[in-house]
Amino acid sequence: MSGLRILVPVKRVVDYTLKPRINKTQTAVDVSGLKHSMNPFDELSIEEAVRLRERKVPVDDILAFSAGPAKSQDVLRTAMAMGADRALHVVEEKEELEPLGVAKLLAQVVKDEDRNLVILGKQSIDDDAGQTGQMLAGLLGWAQATQASKVEVNGEEITVTKEVDGGVETVKAKLPMVVTTDLRLNEPRYASLPNIMKAKKKPLVKKALEDYGIDLKRRLKTVKVTEPPVRKGGAKVEDVDGLIGKLKELGAL
Amino acid sequence: MFSIARHTALRQARSSILKASRPPFSQSSLARLLSTLAILEQRDGKLNPSSLAAVTAGTQLGGSVTGILAGKNAKAVAEEAAKVEGIEKILYIENEAYDKGLPEHYAPLLVENIKKGGFTHIFAGHSAFGKTLMPRVAALLDVQQISDITSIENETTFVRPIYAGNAILTVESTDPIKIVTLRGTSFPPSPIGSGTATLEQGTDPSAPAQAEWVSESLAQSDRPELSTAERVVSGGRGLKSKEEFDRIIPPLADAIGAAIGASRAAVDSGFADNSLQVGQTGKNVAPQLYLCAGISGAIQHLAGMKDSKVIAAINKNAEAPIFEVADVGLVADLFDAVPELTEKLKK
Repeated sequence: MSGLRILVPVKRVVDYTLKPRINKTQTAVDVSGLKHSMNPFDELSIEEAVRLRERKVPVDDILAFSAGPAKSQDVLRTAMAMGADRALHVVEEKEELEPLGVAKLLAQVVKDEDRNLVILGKQSIDDDAGQTGQMLAGLLGWAQATQASKVEVNGEEITVTKEVDGGVETVKAKLPMVVTTDLRLNEPRYASLPNIMKAKKKPLVKKALEDYGIDLKRRLKTVKVTEPPVRKGGAKVEDVDGLIGKLKELGAL
Repeated sequence: MFSIARHTALRQARSSILKASRPPFSQSSLARLLSTLAILEQRDGKLNPSSLAAVTAGTQLGGSVTGILAGKNAKAVAEEAAKVEGIEKILYIENEAYDKGLPEHYAPLLVENIKKGGFTHIFAGHSAFGKTLMPRVAALLDVQQISDITSIENETTFVRPIYAGNAILTVESTDPIKIVTLRGTSFPPSPIGSGTATLEQGTDPSAPAQAEWVSESLAQSDRPELSTAERVVSGGRGLKSKEEFDRIIPPLADAIGAAIGASRAAVDSGFADNSLQVGQTGKNVAPQLYLCAGISGAIQHLAGMKDSKVIAAINKNAEAPIFEVADVGLVADLFDAVPELTEKLKK
């Protein structure tokens, strides 16, 4: 049996600790000058791929992928420092791709690179769409397991425990498969300095959208981006009696 | 004191006015051309009422609303759903294969019925089922889905939060079919009442599934369900351990008939089950009262609860960001304050 040929798509997003601003013309979120990092769920994907190898599951190679501006290379280097073997970067500066477009691109990469397992984050924390993995599985006609909290590989068979409303559900499928990661899956490692240095020597291939010849025109038009209604905190109370009194006054008790 | 109460009252009044004045799209001449397919969920032969949010969205849009149900006893469940107000027709597909809602099965089923029925809008809840299924359906139909919307502007334009709710995006779809998932707290389920929908057998493509359902383990609870509860009591890292969480939080929740929630920090530290997590990556709640203790108020947590009507917070750090959104704040050690609160509320 040949081993796993894993594809891990990663996205560069505004760091999860930061609160982005809306631009003055209300046309977009202004992220200029803000620290960016790898989407937290994608860190879990890389970590899981690397752990599969460490658990002696036969892994042929781990390919990290990102589509986006030149700076996305930083997150690909991070992925390689965490243990990915090589990286593929589809450089696109002008427009942010939609999940459907990314899924189409990934479907082509899966074919070009002969992948049999794709591990993605369950959602990116900027767009919060949570679609790409499922779309990819649909386009490829593969099995999918979303919001994984446990992944077990046994030969050609993969058993995944998924987070669902109110608990967990376990499904199994034969390769090839698409898995999306949930927070409980693992705790991503920090890239050590020696590994960061080594990652600089790992291969990173750059391509352009045109190389794929896929129609990636956006389907959704942004009408406007606005601030959420501001919620003003009320006064503080002195003690528990004050708290109860206030809640009664507000009709909450 | 006064101004806070007024502020909250204003906010409530404003939101109810907004809801009442929402334009009825059915008056638009387009409405006749609109037809919604509402994805209804069932579990063990019971209709999942929260999935009726899809019917609510369909009636807000105007045009006809058709429901779809699949599973072993789909016809019986469809008969129950026929009483839901706003549904004109229910497509049911009786086939055990759909019982577990595996997307590899279910997506081709929906695609077949969407194509056959010529629906313009497909609405589903942004539940675990909707989240896993609808993007697959969208890809098969070559449509860019719109996830987790909080309101409908018109037949092409929808509103959804992005960046953990720190920005509100209004987006217009150019796709011929709109595939949309709905935030449950923004679309109350259409009531089961005097509806008289007709039942019709749907098309069953019997697509082979690549995946197989193995088992499930759902947390058993007598408490109200977190995402629909009127009141939520939530605990965070400040509880320090699972033992303390279990000792302090459930009695307070029981005293006021509330569901229990938790912050990601509490879940990650093993104090509470993952299914209780409130926030960007957990559940969204909008209860009448959100009472939290030992939660600092990180933006990811606020994303999941800031639409609550009244927020009350107990935290020993007076500078905690949770106080910026709380209507009532108490700076105190939760290990003293929460048991005292529980005792006083029991009386």
